[in-house]
Amino acid sequence: MLIYLPIAEVSVNAFLLLGLGGLVGILSGMFGVGGGFLMTPLLFFIGIPPAVAVATEANQIVASSFSGVLAHFKRKTVDLKMGGVLLVGGLVGAALGVQLFNALRAIGQVDLLVKLSYVVFLGIIGALMFVESLNAIRKSRKAGGPPPRRHHRGWIHALPFKTRFRTSGLYLSVIPPLVVGVAVGVLAAIMGVGGGFIMVPAMIYILGMPTKVVVGTSLFQIIFVTAFTTLLHATTNFTVDMVLAVLLLIGGVIGAQIGARIGVYLKAEQLRILLAIMVLGVCFKLAFDLLVQPSELFSLGVASGH
Amino acid sequence: MAMLIVPLGATGQEESIVAGLSQNTVSITANFNGSEILIFGAVQRSAPAPEEPLGVIVTIEGPDQALTVRRLDRNYGIWMNVEAVEVDAAPTFYAVATTAPFDEIITSTEDLRYRISIPRAIRAVGTGSDRPGDFTDAVIRIRTDAGLYQVLESTVNLRSETLFDTSIALPANLVEGDYLARIFLTRGREVVTSFETEIEVAKVGLERLIFNLAHERPLIYGLLSLFIAIVAGWSASAVFRYILSN
Repeated sequence: MLIYLPIAEVSVNAFLLLGLGGLVGILSGMFGVGGGFLMTPLLFFIGIPPAVAVATEANQIVASSFSGVLAHFKRKTVDLKMGGVLLVGGLVGAALGVQLFNALRAIGQVDLLVKLSYVVFLGIIGALMFVESLNAIRKSRKAGGPPPRRHHRGWIHALPFKTRFRTSGLYLSVIPPLVVGVAVGVLAAIMGVGGGFIMVPAMIYILGMPTKVVVGTSLFQIIFVTAFTTLLHATTNFTVDMVLAVLLLIGGVIGAQIGARIGVYLKAEQLRILLAIMVLGVCFKLAFDLLVQPSELFSLGVASGH
Repeated sequence: MAMLIVPLGATGQEESIVAGLSQNTVSITANFNGSEILIFGAVQRSAPAPEEPLGVIVTIEGPDQALTVRRLDRNYGIWMNVEAVEVDAAPTFYAVATTAPFDEIITSTEDLRYRISIPRAIRAVGTGSDRPGDFTDAVIRIRTDAGLYQVLESTVNLRSETLFDTSIALPANLVEGDYLARIFLTRGREVVTSFETEIEVAKVGLERLIFNLAHERPLIYGLLSLFIAIVAGWSASAVFRYILSN
């Protein structure tokens, strides 16, 4: 069934959008990532103009994250305090990121920088997670029991303003989560996504949060960042397509519920290794596109500055 | 059905066009999947037809749009944008249908004068490249692949040098605006008379409503989009909880 999108001004198959939304929604509920880093390239591929794809995707992530976070709230796997601290950092970072993005756009080559930052960050994060979770699985097989909790003794624990994050079971300074929030916010704004795929590994490896709590807390934080982004796009660029968003989010919210329940049956290491494989897959695809000669060497864009 | 009689510059001409379109408005609704426009007409004569064979060219042109065309090239082993050229105005849609191969019924001078063929319809390719032709070709190639530019040679039916008709398919990814339909009669590869009329392409109903809201009340539109997202997220969660608790 073809449907005409009023803002994107293209006709697309409604069932295809429902399916894509559902698939990305499952991943979102399972891993606590918004799914923007997967969905946005997929939307480009089916012919949605990039500006509309990025803005509408933010709106859809609000829906699937909200759906997912409710499931996590019920299981009490959301650390509201940690989420709040990360969010404060995230919003500051997003504001900085938008400034940086506009500065890069003025120089030109913003597309390339976005793609390169995707490749670099996805590559590093994916590889680190893959190796770490593989080791964890191997260790747990050998020991036959659960792996020992990671303990970060060192400079992070020497920082002031220590506070207790009860749900995560951490006694930690607020400075590391704030810094992580700002860094992820900057990257998220430049790359046009919620930033879950950077936030999740950062929470696990830098802050040392338990994997089960990370997913819900990341989703909680993403809701606010993407809601802010949606409003920004809607009021400045008029690029949020409501019809496209509704089609994507119907699939997305259902998928997120299924994903959140699948996640319960997986071990933390398995969850991490799957996320690592997915992140590496997207990284290789983007790197491949940069390195291999494309079939069409020219691209059209609506002219700016007229 | 709309019939229009607008012979242009008919003074002293022996032939003129009487033509019509199957529709003068195209409404873009939620399930819009393209539209087929039938163009038909007759040649009116005040004198017997000349010896030379008659050619008919029909064009439909969408609203113009300024474009930035970028070229990728390999630098440091990576494919990146290296050159950008501004095109002042390229039609968002352009179809040209003829009774015979293009070169047989019109000279390039006449083509240039009336801007009939696709390369002529693209205006003022900006400088900034030593090979601007490559950029124009790229616009035509990309838009032809997308079905937005169509060259339909020998698809206009002409009967007894008088009656003609053709149909042009408008694709689903149309841009709103006034589309211009033109008909040219040629003899000896020269244009003898022409005719033009407009086709109005506009979103209607829900599509119109959403588009207007997004542009006129962006904050309300944005908040409404978020509200829909939250409600959808909450109801999916509620439905699943209900299903699983039973």
